[in-house]
Amino acid sequence: MIETLLQSVPFQIMLTGALVGMASSLVGTFLVLRGNSMLSDAIGHSIVLGIVVVWLLTHQQSGPFQIAGAALTGILTVFLTELLVTTRRVKKDAAIGLVFPMLFAIGVLLLNVYARDVHIDTHTVLLGEIGFVWLDTVDVLGWSVPIALLSMGGMTVLNALFIGLLYKELKLATFDPDLAKALGYAPGLMFYALLFLTSGTAVAAFDAVGAILFVAFVIVPPSAAYLITDRLSWMFLYGGLIAIGSSISGYYLASWWDVSIGGMMALMTGTFLLVAFLLSPRYGVIARLIRQRGQHRSNETRTLAVHLYNHEDSARRDEENVTAALREHLLWDRGKARRVLLECLDRDIVRREGDILTLTEKGRGLAREILAPHGG
Amino acid sequence: MSLLALLSDYTIQNVVIGAALLGLVSGTLGCFAVLRKQSLLGDTLSHAALPGICLGFLVAGTRDIASMLTGALITGTLAALVMLVLTRHSRLKTDAGLGISLSLSFALGVVLLTYIQGTNNAAQGGLDSFLFGQAAATLRSDLWIMGGITLAALALVMLFWKEFKLVSFDPAFAATRGLPVATLETGLTVMVSLAVVVGLQMVGVVLMAAMVIAPAVAARQWTHRLGTMVLLSALIGIASGVFGALISAMGRGLATGPLIILSASVLVVISLLFAPGRGFVWSLLSQWRARRHLRSQQVLTTLYRLAMEHKDTTYRTQQGMVDTYYGIGTRLSLARLQKNGLVRLRGQDALQQPGWELTTDGITEAQRILDGLGHGDRR
Amino acid sequence: MIDTPHEPHLALHVEDLTVSYQSKPVLWDIDFDIPPGVLAGIIGPNGAGKSTLIKTILGLVKPVAGHVTIFGDTYRKQRRHVGYVPQRTSVDWDFPTTVLDVVTMGLYGHLGWFRRPGRRERDEALDALAMVNMQDFARRQISQLSGGQQQRVFIARALVQKADVYFLDEPMAGVDATTERAIIDLLHRLRDEGKTVIVVHHDLQTVRRYFDWLMILNVRVISQGPVEQVYTGPNLRQAYGGQIALLDGQAVMQDQPTTKRDATANHGER
Repeated sequence: MIETLLQSVPFQIMLTGALVGMASSLVGTFLVLRGNSMLSDAIGHSIVLGIVVVWLLTHQQSGPFQIAGAALTGILTVFLTELLVTTRRVKKDAAIGLVFPMLFAIGVLLLNVYARDVHIDTHTVLLGEIGFVWLDTVDVLGWSVPIALLSMGGMTVLNALFIGLLYKELKLATFDPDLAKALGYAPGLMFYALLFLTSGTAVAAFDAVGAILFVAFVIVPPSAAYLITDRLSWMFLYGGLIAIGSSISGYYLASWWDVSIGGMMALMTGTFLLVAFLLSPRYGVIARLIRQRGQHRSNETRTLAVHLYNHEDSARRDEENVTAALREHLLWDRGKARRVLLECLDRDIVRREGDILTLTEKGRGLAREILAPHGG
Repeated sequence: MSLLALLSDYTIQNVVIGAALLGLVSGTLGCFAVLRKQSLLGDTLSHAALPGICLGFLVAGTRDIASMLTGALITGTLAALVMLVLTRHSRLKTDAGLGISLSLSFALGVVLLTYIQGTNNAAQGGLDSFLFGQAAATLRSDLWIMGGITLAALALVMLFWKEFKLVSFDPAFAATRGLPVATLETGLTVMVSLAVVVGLQMVGVVLMAAMVIAPAVAARQWTHRLGTMVLLSALIGIASGVFGALISAMGRGLATGPLIILSASVLVVISLLFAPGRGFVWSLLSQWRARRHLRSQQVLTTLYRLAMEHKDTTYRTQQGMVDTYYGIGTRLSLARLQKNGLVRLRGQDALQQPGWELTTDGITEAQRILDGLGHGDRR
Repeated sequence: MIDTPHEPHLALHVEDLTVSYQSKPVLWDIDFDIPPGVLAGIIGPNGAGKSTLIKTILGLVKPVAGHVTIFGDTYRKQRRHVGYVPQRTSVDWDFPTTVLDVVTMGLYGHLGWFRRPGRRERDEALDALAMVNMQDFARRQISQLSGGQQQRVFIARALVQKADVYFLDEPMAGVDATTERAIIDLLHRLRDEGKTVIVVHHDLQTVRRYFDWLMILNVRVISQGPVEQVYTGPNLRQAYGGQIALLDGQAVMQDQPTTKRDATANHGER
């Protein structure tokens, strides 16, 4: 039963996709939180150079040493970027945008020159071939397992181990690098280690999804998770779930429409992001709009209460605390003035006698409460 | 093939002219993007061109360049809008907004690309050449379109020069002067999209980011004025384009796009290292000079203090002693001082051991330095 | 909305102004007048809404309620007569441009679309630079300036407009003593010429020496009027709470617990 499942091609593809998503969003969570998302774009592009060079040197690509070697170009990108920034002649965003296209261009030229010797063409570089992962297998304990599945599984475990072991240190280094440094945790080194794992993940995921779709798996699930929760540990959980969901739904939609499986999986992460962006109970747009509308309304009644309170004892009371003042002084239009006044009357904050508006005891209490923290 | 023969080849002419146009437009507009700290927006806009190309193809039903470029312009602008909406209306920051917009647009592009390939439309051949560009396939008619876009973008920059400048430098102040800041900023973004569109045929969606950034960064090193920077950036852009195109034409089947990017990168490195004033080499050199000068001054005042302690202005200090004092060799510093006539080396005579002695000039100079420090007894 | 001139004899008239960021009010029902020809200070603790008040007056922030007039008209109509000096740190001083060029930017509003600044604009900019004693720096690249020099350039950019009302947002922040002296002399000179100068200020020590009109702000108006009437122990204590100690009527700021942690926490909320 399990064996048939494991040997089924759709399952292998979906599992690979899910592993790409999980491994990527593990490291991506920290990149998103640190405001370094675009480094994944840079790394994704420049590991192409590493992969080509490693292939030309060893004529292999899937061993752990090959992955680590190719991942070095990812680290090189980050190092060169930071070097440019420290010269203070180039801003960080420009530095990123200078370094990775250069390394990527060299990689593409090498592909050009050694086209006959290299196993990948430029087309694969960008799109990946997740649909064909089952072609390339090795025997493990008598089962033939796709190599991509094996290396992605390895990277997922490695990333999870790294984050699990250094959880509190990474958390501290992300939210308060200065404190982490003061406590001797070497946040810089930890960050480089994290980026090395990101690069390794990019290399391992390369055959499946290519250099650019990888970026979607790194950034989008953690971003969606960030819109749902404030807790770091829950971000990993949501990120992982979104990765699995995107992989499964992406696979079936892609088979249905006969389009790129990797592309569809990446696109599905975007669907989850859209849902979180709109519907998240705390940070979603809709929840925010509703809350803002409520707050806006309550601010309006509070504004009126404070206004009346400020002028209660003043000489210009007859000019300020009348219905006409809402339009002439607060500059509210007729509809808004009417709406706010009705609300205040309803809530027993304001009394109206002819044109004169006076605060009720409750209204006065509200105004005092508002102004109290500001020396009221 | 000689350069002349190269340039008379029709295809190569097209490629060179196209690459020059790309350098011109992206060099000019890139300045504003880089100065507004929106360098990576170019990256997002160019990746977002891919779905637009596919949609343009689907609408036109053929490989019609005008509709594909229009599509690219539209999806590029939409991607910028998505990024803006994401960062304005959620807690996501700019970097995440850029990355999300970039990667999802590209994923959509990939899906559309494979959809088109699945329909077996015979005309779709080479649609994915827009990934890396296919300079060699540039037609004269493409050049007219690219030239038209370039001309329009340049005209806009010249027309609204002072407004673009003020909005890039100080948008809040621009708003208090009554300028429509949001419109002008949108204008600049859409124009970067235009530059991307020009570059699609030449370098493709993936490498376009560098064409927006590299010429501007290189030009910035050589000048302190926006006008000169834009002009230089345009020239550097053109030079990178032409270099790349020519090297590619000279042989071995190397792709034009990456070569153009590499040429631009080389120009950036040269500028960062050697540009007068800002160049890294110069500032290292002047740092080293300053340090050398300071060391000489220190050695001079040390000799002076030793002389004072011995109440003898002709006191001779042995070099070994100065070396021990500083823990390193001071031979070079002493040689420099000697060259400037501040110290002289005296051999052994009846009165003293051999060693370094201050000249009259040296004594005056040492006193001047110590007075400058404000204390007669500071080291 | 306002058709008839409203308080035309006041340089600045702010009425019932309420402003909120996101949905959190930062200014509550501000009523605030400044007569013409005074040098007015706006003081208040961190987060009191001083900069927000200026930005709202200049139309950069939209209020929830209330309105502002300058000599009886809206800012939009009076724009040419109002000079603004934003906080020095609000721009990137590595921008490739010269001192003279930045000052000329003050005239872009007058020039209108398409017209380029010419000789006349250049001469006016040089005059403005001379007023802040920076004429020798006209050709200098702005990244080579010290903090104090940057501030003078920003002030010259406002002066070149020959405005009637000037708003300065923390012009003394991070400048050396000489520059501060020069700036305050200049502001006094402007006041003596009949201009109205409104300054957001943070140093309580110098308030009485510098200003003749004062407004103490902490989300709402604590007190306003001639400085000697407003700058009193009770008013300051009401605005600053425990943050100040009063020694012989002279206010002394105590170390404020504004740590980096607070700043990042605030950032996280947004």
